Amino acid sequence: KKPPPAPGCGFAAPGAALVLSFPHRAFFWLVSLLLASLIWFVSVHLSDQEDSKLQYGLLVFGAAVSVLLQEVFRFAYFKLLKKADEGLAMISEDGRSPISLKQMAYVSGLSFGIISGVFSVINILADSIGPGIVGIHGDSPYYFITSAFLTMALVFLHTFWGVIFFDACEKRRYWCLGLVVASHLVTSGLTFLNPWYEASLVPIYIITVCMGVWAFFTAGGSFRNVLKCLSCKASRPQRSR
Amino acid sequence: MYKESEESVPLLPLQQESMASALFNTDQNDNSERRRHDNSERRRNDNPESETNGQPQNNIQQVVEQDEEEDEELTLKYGAKHVIMLFVPVTLCMVVVVATIKSVSFYTRKDGQLIYTPFTEETETVGQRALNSILNAAIMISVIIVMTILLVVLYKYRCYKVIHGWLIISSLLLLFFFSFIYLGEVFKTYNVAMDYITLALMIWNFGVVGMICIHWKGPLRLQQAYLIMISALMALVFIKYLPEWTAWLILAVISVYDLVAVLCPKGPLRMLVETAQERNETLFPALIYSSTMVWLVNMAEEDPEAQRKASKNSTYDKQAPANQAQNEDAEADDGGFSQEWQQQRDSRIGPIESTPESRAAVQALPSNSQTSEDPEERGVKLGLGDFIFYSVLVGKASATASGDWNTTLACFVAILIVCCSAFFPDESTVVFCLHLQFFCKSRAQR
Repeated sequence: KKPPPAPGCGFAAPGAALVLSFPHRAFFWLVSLLLASLIWFVSVHLSDQEDSKLQYGLLVFGAAVSVLLQEVFRFAYFKLLKKADEGLAMISEDGRSPISLKQMAYVSGLSFGIISGVFSVINILADSIGPGIVGIHGDSPYYFITSAFLTMALVFLHTFWGVIFFDACEKRRYWCLGLVVASHLVTSGLTFLNPWYEASLVPIYIITVCMGVWAFFTAGGSFRNVLKCLSCKASRPQRSR
Repeated sequence: MYKESEESVPLLPLQQESMASALFNTDQNDNSERRRHDNSERRRNDNPESETNGQPQNNIQQVVEQDEEEDEELTLKYGAKHVIMLFVPVTLCMVVVVATIKSVSFYTRKDGQLIYTPFTEETETVGQRALNSILNAAIMISVIIVMTILLVVLYKYRCYKVIHGWLIISSLLLLFFFSFIYLGEVFKTYNVAMDYITLALMIWNFGVVGMICIHWKGPLRLQQAYLIMISALMALVFIKYLPEWTAWLILAVISVYDLVAVLCPKGPLRMLVETAQERNETLFPALIYSSTMVWLVNMAEEDPEAQRKASKNSTYDKQAPANQAQNEDAEADDGGFSQEWQQQRDSRIGPIESTPESRAAVQALPSNSQTSEDPEERGVKLGLGDFIFYSVLVGKASATASGDWNTTLACFVAILIVCCSAFFPDESTVVFCLHLQFFCKSRAQR
């Protein structure tokens, strides 16, 4: 006897469902940020407010905690999606889930990236409208443009990390996981080198490119695919309308 | 306020439903596809009769052999459309409110409080402030409960005139007075010089067109725009005149009350909806945002059959008070066609009489011609209270956050989640349910 289709069959269409469930993913990231900021807030208030070195140290600590929590929540989301995948596979008509794990990984990474990028940059954007001169007090005049580049790198990085992370969890390659978390920590740490932008932005972009290539190969791409894609673009049939 | 979807709560008059089913003549494919999705997506047993109007359900079996890709595409179109229909207006309302709060300082300035919240929050101690805000919230909530019960009682005892008078007065106030103040403050903020004559003309036009659109007939998009605007205006008033702690408390208590009022069997809102259902009437147009597709206006002009149906639709707008529509229909049972239209039709295609028999015959015809829309795209309805509620939430967050956009954004994401899951359960929501299910199963098996 065929099981009845689940309520909310909307997710049978992967594209729309994955895109439109962006708020859920964003919310996961937001909760991780909230927890991290709570921890930082509590630690700041419990410590000596006057000691600036300590405060700086706490800031670094807060950033590290935030990174770790983001990865934890990414893992939690992965677990959630696995369960959903199993459930969907069980109840779907042909015994396989309509959403592939790779798609989920990509969209989840992208959502994390979008929300974290927006959170990084929107206050800066709002301030950039108002009257003012960048860096008039001796700070770098390139603040806005470097923030923009940094945010872009961050969005890409989150997407790539999402893909690699999910794949690593799926295949239980824990060294991959460790590498992702480590690279996230390194990236976050590099931003503390601002305003020495050469030292922070360039390595971050190198990391981004490396992650991108890694994610591409993890997702099943290969050099041959790229060539095929570039040459046969015209003759490839349009799959989805 | 309450939420319902067309499929589960048939609020349209019965004639319209039966006509809709005859009208939505798609090919066998599409119609049965959507019917299958409708049956599976909403509560399955709900009203397949109204969709098919007595046509046999055996075309559902044909669906099983349908193409997978077409399947996917339809669900994609169907699901996505519903979500977009819902969160675009909510987003628009929130955007208007946030934009106003961030630019026009009038709405963040403290100029006193409403009489519903008499206790001030400028107290010495935190405890006193908490107590005052609790009292304020209690008074406000009791006012709301009393008004809701009054509305339900009036509706139950068919005092439609009183209700309509009340709604007309409140929309008059919103459309003229509040928008006048809003416009004045916007002009002050941007230092725009404006004379009273131009202002009077603008407000007059805005108000009158708004009254017509909301309470009578009008293009759907315009009506939606007006409803969004009055929700935004109302939300702005609340943001300005409610002190902070009171506002947050009221928001919390209202959401609880909303749940109780809608889900509880004796809840006032539930009784309202059920009474409306029993009488097969639409609820008040001024209180509901409907995202219904404009299948009235989009009707094909060439097809005489569709033309006849279109004319029948346009003569009574579903937003008009349903009892009046039913009366009119009973008196002139010519199918609702106006005299001049009938003459026009007679001259074009020859004298045809639209009798109940002919209409029944048409309805019994098998589905074989193309149409623009179908039942499932009737869309969702959302009470304006929800718009106001979300906008007050986001507006207050952005007002108190002293220039920080992150707070506003976080609230916005949270509200989107509520919208998206409530109306469009996606895999995350289903995941939670499934997870629970597996958990229970595994516990049971142990």
